[in-house]
Amino acid sequence: MHRDGPEVFPERYTASVEVGERALRVGLGGPVGSGKTATVAALCRALRATVSIGVVTNDIYTREDADFLLREAVLPAERIVAVETGACPHTAIRDDISANLEAVEELEEAVGPLDLVLVESGGDNLTATFSRGLVDAQVFVIDVAGGDDIPRKGGPGVTTADLLVVNKIDLAPYVGADLERMAVDAAAQRGALPVLFTAVKQPGGIDPVAAWVGDRLAAWRAVRT
Amino acid sequence: MATDHGCPVPGARAALLLLADGRFPAGGHAHSGGAEAAVAEGRLRDAGTLAEFCRGRLHTTGLVAAALAAAATSGADPLGLDDAADARTPSAAQRAVSRRLGRQLLRAARAVWPAPALDDLAAARPRGVHQPVVLGLTAASAGLLPLDAAYAAAYDCVSTPASAAVRLLGLDPFQAAAVLAALAAEVDSVAEEAEGAGRRALREGPAALPAGSAPLLDLGAEAHAGWAVRLFAS
Ligand SMILES: Nc1nc2c(ncn2[C@@H]2O[C@H](COP(=O)(O)OP(=O)(O)O)[C@@H](O)[C@H]2O)c(=O)[nH]1
Ligand SMILES: [Mg+2]
Repeated sequence: MHRDGPEVFPERYTASVEVGERALRVGLGGPVGSGKTATVAALCRALRATVSIGVVTNDIYTREDADFLLREAVLPAERIVAVETGACPHTAIRDDISANLEAVEELEEAVGPLDLVLVESGGDNLTATFSRGLVDAQVFVIDVAGGDDIPRKGGPGVTTADLLVVNKIDLAPYVGADLERMAVDAAAQRGALPVLFTAVKQPGGIDPVAAWVGDRLAAWRAVRT
Repeated sequence: MATDHGCPVPGARAALLLLADGRFPAGGHAHSGGAEAAVAEGRLRDAGTLAEFCRGRLHTTGLVAAALAAAATSGADPLGLDDAADARTPSAAQRAVSRRLGRQLLRAARAVWPAPALDDLAAARPRGVHQPVVLGLTAASAGLLPLDAAYAAAYDCVSTPASAAVRLLGLDPFQAAAVLAALAAEVDSVAEEAEGAGRRALREGPAALPAGSAPLLDLGAEAHAGWAVRLFAS
């Protein structure tokens, strides 16, 4: 693959804004209902005082997630845009990223300069990952209630995402999820890549994820300057 | 096909396959070409009605798009063609979609077949140019002929609703492909007619371009743009 940026953030897009002028782009993928929108909402609340944020949602049906974020007022309305995916969210975040690139650039144009753009994928299957032409880093969100064998099953999201979030650990006792086994399986699949066990809806639950995003931002700024 | 006229550039025929491939990353996958509205209205239900829908689209907006594309490839002023496309697209929703798709295609084209003409167009109209005009310039950048651009436009005009119908209706994909195969001769004749119109437009100006339209597609597009819940962007 063509890489002309520093290794931490390879040059990952074409015919787009110049490097150094744009926000860090972080993708959030994972199965339906695992807590991607909850993570986006909590990240906005945790970071918005210090970080200029925009959000792009990719819904299967128009704009459910965008509307949720608007209702929750996690950001001013003009900072949240919805991309329509033609019933195929994984196509819009991986195979043909045109509409998402446009949405990100339009956000930066309209409300920029931004520090961070969060791109949420519509809930999809375990193979859905983001194109490196669209995002600089990706988070894969799964949850303990979706089955504690998901880390063992692997798949590109679990195996290769820059961060794996195992969400809803508050529900583990009720669904009989074995968190230790999930941790061992995830480590076996991911090697040195990080895994966070949390419950993003609990007080402070987003903090480890926000800290990881903060580290990415610091690394991005270091590359830009 | 390009062979009838000789391929001026090595690899041009393969470039046409790439440009016409539904997987070419230029944003088209999120659009149904009016099929979603037609399905909701009960006009598009099965392979038979898909064939009628595609045929109607091909001979109206398809011919217009193919002629615009051919004229752009042959060197007609793209901004004049863009105005001509506006005048031939009665639905405001469709005008917006066509511009958006044009901008997305321009992004892909500049990465895949870089050319100063594409950069100039992007600079002249940053909010987007109608998709068929960009398609024509893209074809030229890929070393293709006006007839090739007309083929790509005409084929896109029928393949977009056909693949959307597979997703919307659960239509048997073999039947959908068979619909496209049965339309092949008509795609040929529309592309050839469009090439001739493009040549006339180069001589006489954009007023010589065809102006066929399909009122049900226009009405459907306007209604569809207002739906709260839909699978496709258009
Ligand atoms: N118990 C619990 N529920 C959560 C947590 N995070 C999200 N949820 C709930 O899980 C459901 C799906 O979350 P959502 O963010 O919409 O999932 P998405 O489809 O991945 O975007 C919602 O009802 C959330 O309130 C969590 O940490 N604990
Ligand atoms: Mg969501």
